[in-house]
Amino acid sequence: MRAVNPSLNTCRVKWNMSKSHPDLLHHFDDPEQQLDAAQSGMWLFLATEVMFFGGMFIGYTVYRDAYFEVFAHASNHLNVWLGSINTAVLICSSLSMALAVHSAQAGHRKQIIFFLLLTMLLGTVFLGIKFTEYYHKYEERLIPGLAFDFKQGNPGYAAIFFSFYFAMTGLHALHMTIGLGLLAFLVAKAARNRFSPVYYTPVEMIGLYWHFVDIVWIFLFPLLYLVGRHG
Amino acid sequence: MNSGKPVHVRVYVMVFLALLALTATTAAVAFVDLGATWNTTVALAIAIIKALLVILFFMHVLYSRPLTWVFVGAGFFWLSLLFTLTLADYATRNIGSAPQTNAPRQSSEVMPRVSK
Repeated sequence: MRAVNPSLNTCRVKWNMSKSHPDLLHHFDDPEQQLDAAQSGMWLFLATEVMFFGGMFIGYTVYRDAYFEVFAHASNHLNVWLGSINTAVLICSSLSMALAVHSAQAGHRKQIIFFLLLTMLLGTVFLGIKFTEYYHKYEERLIPGLAFDFKQGNPGYAAIFFSFYFAMTGLHALHMTIGLGLLAFLVAKAARNRFSPVYYTPVEMIGLYWHFVDIVWIFLFPLLYLVGRHG
Repeated sequence: MNSGKPVHVRVYVMVFLALLALTATTAAVAFVDLGATWNTTVALAIAIIKALLVILFFMHVLYSRPLTWVFVGAGFFWLSLLFTLTLADYATRNIGSAPQTNAPRQSSEVMPRVSK
């Protein structure tokens, strides 16, 4: 609509400018419409991700309600400091990602690369801390199926808690790992100067993905690490 | 309409500081016994506020077109269906509060009610 109405002078200028951009696909009027379409599609994908993780969250809720006390005791075996630090690390990485998108909108290539690499660094720190925690759980014999040994209450119920812990944080860590790969792809594209203030859709979309993964952790942290602390 | 409009860096930094403060709050409050289910309620309320901050500002939904709001809302609407219908089922069936038939083997002792 916007592009085919020649009476609107500003639209015409925009149209001419945008048509010259090699990354504008022919079925879109202008880069803004293309970005809007990408945004809708990305959120549709994220809706499926919400349901993907949602299944685990509802499962956790039902069993937490059923085995309330054992879940609280089991939760206290997680390291609340490492969990808190990891939450902060992930929030820092989200800020860094937002600033990468901001740099892309402004067209600052070196800044984009800097913030993308910073996001990757923080993501790697998160995974490093996460796997340190996993190793502690291995040493403390708290991995269900691997000589699992839990004495404060029914070990079968505690095993359910730790199964949820490993499944949920594991799926989250898998998403982080995929995110790191996507960020590396963005760095390579940015290094070849493939983004501009007119076209930076991949940065924005992978940014949405990264923030979504952050949100999942925002819920995992209190539900897994904090449920038994007041007891 | 405004999906490409840059947000001021100051906004990002303020949201970032709010997220860190809320993280510290939720971790600290977890060690205080608020009684009944209030610990969980407060923890979830803080998590929802944090998620909203990320969605509205970092993910630019606040500045996005109504269509994007529809997509975002649809995801969380279906999530609410998942929770409402599942919990309605567990809350109203006469099966205790959990699928006892699928429960793992009871240890020989009764589940000890440790502490407090």
